[in-house]
Amino acid sequence: MIDQVLAARDSAVARVGAAMVAADVRALETELLGKKGPFAEFKMALGKLATVDDKKVAGQAVNEATAVVGAALGSRLAELAAAERLVQLETERIDLTEVTSRPGRGHAHIVTQAWQRLEDVFIGLGFQVAEGPEVETDWYNFEALNMGKGHPARGEFDTLFTDYGEPGTVVLRTHTSPVQIRVMQTIEPPIYMVMPGRVFRRDTPDATHMPVFHQIEGLVIDRNITMADLAGTIEAFTKAFFGGDFTSRLRPSYFPFTEPSAEFDIQTPSGDWLELGGCGMVHPNVLTAAGLDPEQWSGFAFGFGIDRMAKERHAVGDLREMYTNDIRFLEQF
Amino acid sequence: MKIVHSWLIDLAPLGTDAASIATVMTELGLAVEGIDQVGTTVPGVITARVIRTERHPDAAKVHRVFVDAGDGIERHVWCGAFNMQPGDVLPLATPGTVMPDGRAIEPKPILGISSDGMLCSARELGLGDDHAGIVVLPVGTPLGLPYGDALGLSPETVYDLDVTRNRPDCWGHLGVARDVAARLGVGVHSSPAPVVPSGPARSAPVDLGAGTRCARFTSTVISGVSVGTSPDYIRNRLAAAGMRPINNVVDASNYVMLELNQPNHAYDLATLGGGGFKVRCAADGETMVTLDGVERTLTATDLLICDANDSPIGIGGIMGGLHSEISDTTSTIALEMAWFEPQGIMDTATRLGLRSEASARFERGVDPYGMPAAIARFVELLALSCPDLIVNEGLVDARSASLPPERAAVSCRVAKVNQVLGTNIAASTMVALLGPIGFTTTLADDVLSVVVPSWRPDCRAEIDIVEEIARHFGYANVGRTVPKSAMHGRLSPIQVRRRALREVLLGLGISEAMPNPFLSPDDLVAAGLDSRAVRIVNPLAAEESVLRTSLRPGLLKAVAFNESHRRAGVHLFEIGHVYPPGEGTLPNEFVALTVVLAGAHAGAAMAVWRQIAAAMGLGARVDQSLVPAGLHPTRSATLSAGRDAIGAVGEVHPDVLDAYNVTERVAILELNLSVMLATEPRVTQWKPTSRFPSSDLDVAFSVPNTVVAEKVEKAIKQAAGNLLADLTLFDVYVGAGVADAARSLAYRLRLQALDRTLGESELASLRDKVIGAVGKLGATLRG
Repeated sequence: MIDQVLAARDSAVARVGAAMVAADVRALETELLGKKGPFAEFKMALGKLATVDDKKVAGQAVNEATAVVGAALGSRLAELAAAERLVQLETERIDLTEVTSRPGRGHAHIVTQAWQRLEDVFIGLGFQVAEGPEVETDWYNFEALNMGKGHPARGEFDTLFTDYGEPGTVVLRTHTSPVQIRVMQTIEPPIYMVMPGRVFRRDTPDATHMPVFHQIEGLVIDRNITMADLAGTIEAFTKAFFGGDFTSRLRPSYFPFTEPSAEFDIQTPSGDWLELGGCGMVHPNVLTAAGLDPEQWSGFAFGFGIDRMAKERHAVGDLREMYTNDIRFLEQF
Repeated sequence: MKIVHSWLIDLAPLGTDAASIATVMTELGLAVEGIDQVGTTVPGVITARVIRTERHPDAAKVHRVFVDAGDGIERHVWCGAFNMQPGDVLPLATPGTVMPDGRAIEPKPILGISSDGMLCSARELGLGDDHAGIVVLPVGTPLGLPYGDALGLSPETVYDLDVTRNRPDCWGHLGVARDVAARLGVGVHSSPAPVVPSGPARSAPVDLGAGTRCARFTSTVISGVSVGTSPDYIRNRLAAAGMRPINNVVDASNYVMLELNQPNHAYDLATLGGGGFKVRCAADGETMVTLDGVERTLTATDLLICDANDSPIGIGGIMGGLHSEISDTTSTIALEMAWFEPQGIMDTATRLGLRSEASARFERGVDPYGMPAAIARFVELLALSCPDLIVNEGLVDARSASLPPERAAVSCRVAKVNQVLGTNIAASTMVALLGPIGFTTTLADDVLSVVVPSWRPDCRAEIDIVEEIARHFGYANVGRTVPKSAMHGRLSPIQVRRRALREVLLGLGISEAMPNPFLSPDDLVAAGLDSRAVRIVNPLAAEESVLRTSLRPGLLKAVAFNESHRRAGVHLFEIGHVYPPGEGTLPNEFVALTVVLAGAHAGAAMAVWRQIAAAMGLGARVDQSLVPAGLHPTRSATLSAGRDAIGAVGEVHPDVLDAYNVTERVAILELNLSVMLATEPRVTQWKPTSRFPSSDLDVAFSVPNTVVAEKVEKAIKQAAGNLLADLTLFDVYVGAGVADAARSLAYRLRLQALDRTLGESELASLRDKVIGAVGKLGATLRG
């Protein structure tokens, strides 16, 4: 009987190996290992054997043969499934560089990009962000900033005047500084604020000037704020925004709304100095105009252009290009 | 401000290295914009005399000038300037000359006639900024010489300083020298002592009216003048500083102004009517011809210098008249040195649009006590070329009550200085820093008592003294600390939401434009909008004279621009301020968003709105019965929240597109962000997810065109209640099988309960309920 079992086993394994599709393997499983299959019959025949030992030896042989056939079925099925998946995968091959749709994302204006990068750096330095109206009263734009009526420095702002209200009272703000006054009027110090925004000057457009452009302004008001704090903050900003290998310097200048006043320059790693903006200690008259006691509070302010940051970062040759709204410009960035 | 190096180091021993002097200037706040070499002679440029000039019938912009360079040969030159007369001596760049700007002179023919060189302007020769005409050299200049030799030119180094408004003293060489010398720890050479008149008494009396406008007027009579040429060094320095040498009297006058910042005027006493001066305000409508040949109409706010016969001879502190000039025969002069109230000078100069070297100085503030030194310097300089010069007795020094005091005393707390600067400077150091710039300082009880010199009208308050100490202490020596902010850095909630909104728009493939906020007067009406707007009184151009009340015109222009450059179908947005007029002190300015989708229909704009609404947690009613101005009447809706219109969605009206030369459809979305982003969206609260199976129910209705889909959806939602897990409109169909003036809307409802599996009968009754509810809108279920 054992010979018969072994012969049946070998024949079964050969047939499984010859099956070429998964369905045939499943059919063979039923035929060979089912209730009417050869191994089931061998099991039935065990009872007719003479001795216990015979039964034991033969039974073991049948079980082993059944296991061998079962394993053969399983592995053949896996082989065939893998081959079929392989065929499927191959038929699904595509060329991923064959893309017909255009990239879908829109492009933020480079002035916005620079604006947000600056905001983010100042947020990291502990500042919050304030905004104000672009059409301003003469009082906020000039008078509160220590430029009374007829102040000679007013002439340097090339102001655009509107026909709103009494003649000469409402202007297009020439700088973001009026927001300083609004902030000081509404927020109790300490104030650590940057004020980005759009400003206007009666400047004929050229490669480096636009009548409509953008500035960011900083204001710190607290107890015992010093000029050393100003210099340290400018330096911290320089390193945070431009990189650790940049440095800054202050040199004396004049603005009606700060005193002492300074221009601040940054030095590139190659040693060149670039003028960046103006700054200084908030003038006592400005604090007073905004309702703060200059003996109690002190502070500093600084400001510079955003457009130039965008222009130089992206090496745009002419500021006017940035405002054509030509999609061929916008989608470059 | 042009500061001549040789002149500067004549006034103080500052060393000879221009670069290191420039560094000190920069550290002091005298920004050096450039260091130029001027007056270097250009080899090949020689002196030549004009023989005659001739127009060519075919040349409008140039004429022919025939010159003699001393060799008797008539040379012909084409020239684009017309300021020469026969007999004038001019610099001629002969062929082969390389000009300072690198240009080589070639015998370039015009109309087939060649040119034997080029006649030069001051700028072309590197002599200054003047490019208005050809340099006319003094009469009698020898011919055929290198022009530098003929002029006695020597090279000069010139600092181009950007002097700030608060430093009038640095409009003179002495002020700059004093500042730099103080920093270098050297002294300024002393100026000449006041003159002691030695000639017979002879005065030019002054009738000083309008004393608030002119607070001091001195007149000095000087005899023995012989008008001629100034010494070379004076001529060189004046030219290097940008002023043309004229004659020894005018040169001395200008030299004093450039050195001591004291504008002044020398009159020929023989032609000065009545032999004296009268200072008064002009009568309204009074006219006078100024030195530049222009007739000026004056008002009562303008100040006139008149002769003693009341005939105007100059606009006070701004410009002299035509008839008071020094002539070759002048032998006695009356020298005017005055102090004018700065604001008045500025007002008149602004109103007349007339600025001069004098007005620029007076409006910033000239030393009201600088006259004696300036008179002495003038005499000293003029005596160099007039050996018989005598100052007559009878100097007139007319003053009014409004003359500023000679000494301004300012108190400055030592502690305040260190508090502002964050320094620890000793009081004695402060005194030592202030002394060399003429601030006499004494210390008592930790307070500095500072006497500010009369040439520093900018220093009147404690903080001004702090700044002077800081400048001379050195900004670089102030430390660097970072204040400890008690605040945490962040964006405001609105700013956070605005950034998120921008990201949503970019994610939808829409790019950000930044159109000009200034519109042309017709733009608003052309966009179908209200024409009321704030206007700019002094616009650069009429097309940019209206402040936008909407972002729409700018974006439509951008669409048209791109379309005309073969980029149809642009999708653009702008987030920006608009400024509609209102009732308050300021216009009703707010932040708006406009999206334009060229080539897309209204549905695309609705889809953008839905995306924004979903992403930002916003809601609004879409009211198609209210057509926003300028939008397509059957394809647009107003977005409303409560009773307020907060936006518009749809398509731009075809008439508007025509007006903007846009040929594509343009879908549009407009939102008032100041309103929409102001409210914090509600924080979504968790709803449990059902663990029971869901069932889908498909229903299609024939819906009259008058009933909007939104209403159908609302009815379905109400009927299905909280068993409705999801609702989608999956098909819209018009055609066979659907009634006229109706369309088929097919919805799929996903139904699910939290606590049970919905049974057949429950689903069937829900279906009936939905059909009933939608039926009330006039819709019928389709088979």
